[in-house]
Amino acid sequence: MKKMIKSIGALALGAAVFATSSLSVMAAERSYTYNYDYWGDVQDSPDAYSVTNVYTASSFGLDVNFKNPQGLFAKDNMLYICDTGNNRIVQLERTGTEAFTVARIFDSIKGDTDVTALASPTDIAISEEGDIFISDNGNARIVKVDSDLNYLMQFDLPVDSNVSADSVFQPSKIVVDTAGRVYCIATSINQGLCKYEADGTFSGFVGATPVTFDFVDYVWKKLATQEQRQRMASFVPTAYDNIYMDHEGFIYACAGGQEEDDLDSGAADAIRKLNLMGNDILVENGEYPVYGDLYWGEGGGYEGPSYFTDVTVFENDIYVCLDKNRGRLFGYDDQGKTVFCFGGNGNMDGYFRQPAAIEHMGHDLFVLDSLDCSVTLFTPTEFGELVYSAIEEFDEGNYVVSGESWQKVMELDGNYDLAYIGIGRSLLRQKKFEEAMDYFELKYDADNYSKAYKQYRKEWVEDHIVVLVIVILAIFLIPMGIGKIRRVKYEIDTADIFENRMTGRPL
Amino acid sequence: MIAALKNKETYQEYVRSLKFALYCTTHPLDGFWDLTHERRGTYAAANTILFLTLLIRVLKLRYTSFIFLTVYWEGINIFLYIASVAFPLAMFVVGNWGLTTLFDGKGRLGQVYMASCYALTPYPLVQFPLMIFSNFVTVDEAEFYMVISALSLLWAALLMIAAMGQIHEFGAGKNMLFMVASLFAMMVILFILLLFFGMIAQGVAYFISLAKEIMFRL
Repeated sequence: MKKMIKSIGALALGAAVFATSSLSVMAAERSYTYNYDYWGDVQDSPDAYSVTNVYTASSFGLDVNFKNPQGLFAKDNMLYICDTGNNRIVQLERTGTEAFTVARIFDSIKGDTDVTALASPTDIAISEEGDIFISDNGNARIVKVDSDLNYLMQFDLPVDSNVSADSVFQPSKIVVDTAGRVYCIATSINQGLCKYEADGTFSGFVGATPVTFDFVDYVWKKLATQEQRQRMASFVPTAYDNIYMDHEGFIYACAGGQEEDDLDSGAADAIRKLNLMGNDILVENGEYPVYGDLYWGEGGGYEGPSYFTDVTVFENDIYVCLDKNRGRLFGYDDQGKTVFCFGGNGNMDGYFRQPAAIEHMGHDLFVLDSLDCSVTLFTPTEFGELVYSAIEEFDEGNYVVSGESWQKVMELDGNYDLAYIGIGRSLLRQKKFEEAMDYFELKYDADNYSKAYKQYRKEWVEDHIVVLVIVILAIFLIPMGIGKIRRVKYEIDTADIFENRMTGRPL
Repeated sequence: MIAALKNKETYQEYVRSLKFALYCTTHPLDGFWDLTHERRGTYAAANTILFLTLLIRVLKLRYTSFIFLTVYWEGINIFLYIASVAFPLAMFVVGNWGLTTLFDGKGRLGQVYMASCYALTPYPLVQFPLMIFSNFVTVDEAEFYMVISALSLLWAALLMIAAMGQIHEFGAGKNMLFMVASLFAMMVILFILLLFFGMIAQGVAYFISLAKEIMFRL
């Protein structure tokens, strides 16, 4: 009995210790930038980006403050802000790292069209030739103008059996490819992206998200009567939130607002990379799918999965997704592995109230906040630049340089999985298989480990082929030889001629 | 008891009964019949096999290639890990014996335990070489590991079924029925244990809060 009381006391003590220790863990501050490791644990990380400046309209010298700005577009050193609420577009020229001058502000277009004033422009895109495409939401059109804003043509409501002819066309986001084709997301059209040929004809929908539904709903629907069925929510594809055309002409489309279950089961993708056929070709080789935060519990008044509202793609194929829910930025590499996560909701620099759009210029990032009416400029830190240079050098085939960069990254952040795998891949290319294996094993990269091990094993066998053959021969021959000797010995022992005929015993 | 340890025959008996486990793995019906009816098995050997099984299960954590088994060391409690095999085994033995003893099962509790342990033989026998083998394969050859590993478990399961049938002198149909019934018995035991510990915890919590209240008032 005494023993029992003792153990119960120990249990209670343990519970108390556990409770207090978990409290102290809760209180621990997390770093601004973080990363997910192999296990999905949050690992603090040095900042990949730091805020260089936060710009409002007044910091550009504008009299009228931004009002609900929705769109952001960068080309060369020009930055375009769609000031949706003020029906205007602000074109800024970047003259220094953090210096901008207003190049042009326009709220109307010139030329041969009935309506020249822009109404709630939500997005802007510029073609190779310099023609400007404006998603003129309030005027139910996408308008194409030349670089001097002279009207060229416009794109109207898609003519399609799926689209009611008397519905209002509400284009929200647009991209233009090198051939002048326009892809657009329109509110209340969920068949995918509306694709227009360069001559303005609508040529169909591309890249509709697959419809997801769960089996129970499906069965209910089968059993329901016509009236009941009409009252149920119909299975419709999720509409895209934003699109971005990368330097190779692939369209990155993000569809936020996915159901938790669909994201979990892999039925829905938060980010899709569409080829010309509209098929999703996004590589997801990471340990976790590309959907932002792994933990969706309630915290700080926010819950649910990350809601990707915009995406931008660097020339090195790293893409950065903007999460509207928790105000965070998620960088992924071309294999779908997390490069960095940072940000949050709040009023400080580097935090957002309602992030709406993201763009990049070189390695710098711009984030447009539609509620705060500001643009935040992020520039890579030393850590961020090292990561980028390591990835870019590897892509160019400079494996040794890449390995050195990863080594420096690892010195800055020992919990950074990509650094270990990067060093391993660099060593693998340098044919240092055994060392590469160590790095891959540290971060549980089974595929790369196997690649290295296969080579290592091959080399080892080739080096030791003589020994191997001798050992294998020995394994077979020695028992055979022993058996043979025994048999001979037995025959000699039992041979008649050696036996004493009188006693029957051997001599 | 201790005097027997000085006797050489004790060890010979032990080694002989341990070797008999190998015979059981390949001749389950014959082997498990002789295990109890001919007194070919010993508790010492049964304990050894169980110990080896647990040992190799723990060793596997560390020495299996990470291709097949990645271990989140922060989440490992070695005692819980051992209990995850030992506890269900104990429940099975007790549950099976408790049930079969009501329905003409001839096996005694100790014999059920011994036979169960003997049936585990394929696990250490296969998993140990497999653990070493795992370090010499790539992901392309992973299927070999997976299949052999699964086979060893299947083998052990079949031996377990055969063992119970022979120990209790049941026919095939009745044996299968009681194997399934044993699983239900395990669940009932688990339920009662949970209930029991839940009640105890509540009772203790009551007295602790009472004591706290008194201390607070003093």
